[in-house]
Amino acid sequence: MENTEMKKSLLSAQVDLSKFSSANFEKATDEEKRQQDVMGESTTFFKDGMRRLRKNPLAMGSIVVLALIILIIIIAPHIVPYSYDQIISVNGVRDKGSANLGFFMYSDRELQYMRETGEDLFPHIFGTDSLGRDYFIRVIYGTRVSLSVGIIAAIMVVLIGIIYGSIAGYFGGKVDLIMMRIVDIIYSLPDMLIIILISVVLKENLAGKLAGTVFSKLGANMISMFIVFGLLYWVSMARLIRGQILTIKNNEYVLAARCIGTSNGKILRKHILPNCLSVIIITTALQIPSAIFTESYLAFLGLGVSEPLSSLGSLANDARAGMQSYPARLVIPALIICLIVLALNLLGDGLRDAFDTKLD
Amino acid sequence: MSEEKYLLEVEHLKQYFPIKEGFRTVPLKAVDDISFAIKPGETLGLVGESGCGKTTVGRTLLRLYQPTAGRIVFDGDVLFDSEKKIDVNMHPYRKQMQMVFQDPYSSLDPRMTVEDIIGEPLDVHKLYSSKGERRDKILSLMETVGLNAEHAMRYAHEFSGGQRQRIGIARALAVNPKFIVCDEPVSALDVSIQAQVVNMFEELQEKLGVAYLFIAHDLLVVHHISDRIAVMYLGHIMEIADADDLNNNPVHPYTLSLLSAVPIPDPNIARKSQRIILEGDVPSPLKMPSGCPFRTRCRYATEQCAKEMPPLTDRGNRHFVACWNK
Repeated sequence: MENTEMKKSLLSAQVDLSKFSSANFEKATDEEKRQQDVMGESTTFFKDGMRRLRKNPLAMGSIVVLALIILIIIIAPHIVPYSYDQIISVNGVRDKGSANLGFFMYSDRELQYMRETGEDLFPHIFGTDSLGRDYFIRVIYGTRVSLSVGIIAAIMVVLIGIIYGSIAGYFGGKVDLIMMRIVDIIYSLPDMLIIILISVVLKENLAGKLAGTVFSKLGANMISMFIVFGLLYWVSMARLIRGQILTIKNNEYVLAARCIGTSNGKILRKHILPNCLSVIIITTALQIPSAIFTESYLAFLGLGVSEPLSSLGSLANDARAGMQSYPARLVIPALIICLIVLALNLLGDGLRDAFDTKLD
Repeated sequence: MSEEKYLLEVEHLKQYFPIKEGFRTVPLKAVDDISFAIKPGETLGLVGESGCGKTTVGRTLLRLYQPTAGRIVFDGDVLFDSEKKIDVNMHPYRKQMQMVFQDPYSSLDPRMTVEDIIGEPLDVHKLYSSKGERRDKILSLMETVGLNAEHAMRYAHEFSGGQRQRIGIARALAVNPKFIVCDEPVSALDVSIQAQVVNMFEELQEKLGVAYLFIAHDLLVVHHISDRIAVMYLGHIMEIADADDLNNNPVHPYTLSLLSAVPIPDPNIARKSQRIILEGDVPSPLKMPSGCPFRTRCRYATEQCAKEMPPLTDRGNRHFVACWNK
């Protein structure tokens, strides 16, 4: 070798290896090598998202609020001895003086009864309504109805929307054209008119068949509302999902999957839908309050649940008449609607931030 | 063309895309009548400006697009023939023809771990009998492309560009293909990583005997890796020859101008060299010039060039040129 005599620059910081032999060096052990690996613990997508969600105080607060509300509406009916459709009665006699009581008030008869027997009656936490029914338990049942309407309607809307939108978006071309024109037509139908029409038709036809089932309590109005949600309200969801899929399917990883030979269904399920998950999560979380709103304002128009069952909207509607004298009866259901809607919106935002890895 | 056996033969391949212009539908001629052939274990380089249809050629070959016309023969099997109306189901051939994509960022699903990305082709073609075998295959693939096997459970976004491209290559290799379309696999990487990846492509070719269609716009990289090079301009192949031959004796005026644009590392030589600067822009593929597509920017253009597209003719030594000028 000629160039072992290479001249070393005075300023060079290079270590002259010729001064060392292999005896000067020691081989690193496996353990030492492992120390060089800088590795974070690998996590799954879901765990990673939950970790980020837990760091978001607003989202966690919303979860706590929602959990509390759900807990209360499940437990309260077992504790409170009154029922939502029962007019306060003392000793089996209807208490006519129990209407329009204030918070934690008792009617004269109840006071007299308690004095005579020494027994404590359960307080009317929110007082009573104009017919003398315990208002607290009516609000509890109203929240139950509103929340379950919201959740069921949102699930229906999201499911139909995802299936329809992903087929239209993924296959594109003529399929997309036809499917989206159908959506346009549905979009142009007046939903309120259809709810009213369907509920009238259902009332005529279903009244007999429903008697005695759970549905009879909800009433034809509610069922027609679910039908209308299933028929009409999925369209905006379908449009949204379609738009998402149109952008995602242009990614090269979708092309790569086709190149591998993955089937269309599998590409949709494994590559495209997981990548619009963030949009699906947030719209679902936002769909629930919008369904609650729709239910509330339908109930406010008198198209909601049938009496004596209540929903938050119908409670607000009933309170309208006595708004001047008993404002609390309007404020309470309105506040609960606000609380649920706000919590779900904040939770939706938090979920999006946590699960949309593309944002960070 | 010759008695040698080709792995892939492409004849008169055309790929038009319908573009809506108001009420009319105009064909965009992305690839217009190109023919070439690749032998087993050989690399064909495909160069050309952006938008000349290189990527479309690669994708059409793998039948990711439905070709407008032409004939594709792979390993003796006709995959597509517009005249005989042959259009086979590509699923079994996906095992033999694969693709490495240009952008290592968008070509890997951000929701999947490396193990699942590399395992997907194994799942689709059911190339394993047990979970353990699947895992072993994935780990050995990761080793082949120089990735640390401990990173199998990580997500693609945790890797650098070069590493991501290696994941993409491992995915293409998973089915043990005979032919890989490399669609500008190094363009998105920086120069030091480019060299590593290009060398890896060469090593893999030696080890596994795969043939490449290597698409790029960097002539130096293409010259380094290719056995033969094809030069494309506006959907046509202008010149196709052995790599060294093309580099040393370019014939087509477009190839000349491309080669003159290659940066020269020595500034003294660079100062003396003459850069051929093309005038004007690439014409829109919607309004192709008549005859030779390059004539609008060619300094040697004659009347004949405007009338007819020159055919690819052999100038000796398997050096084909499409130009009327001798």
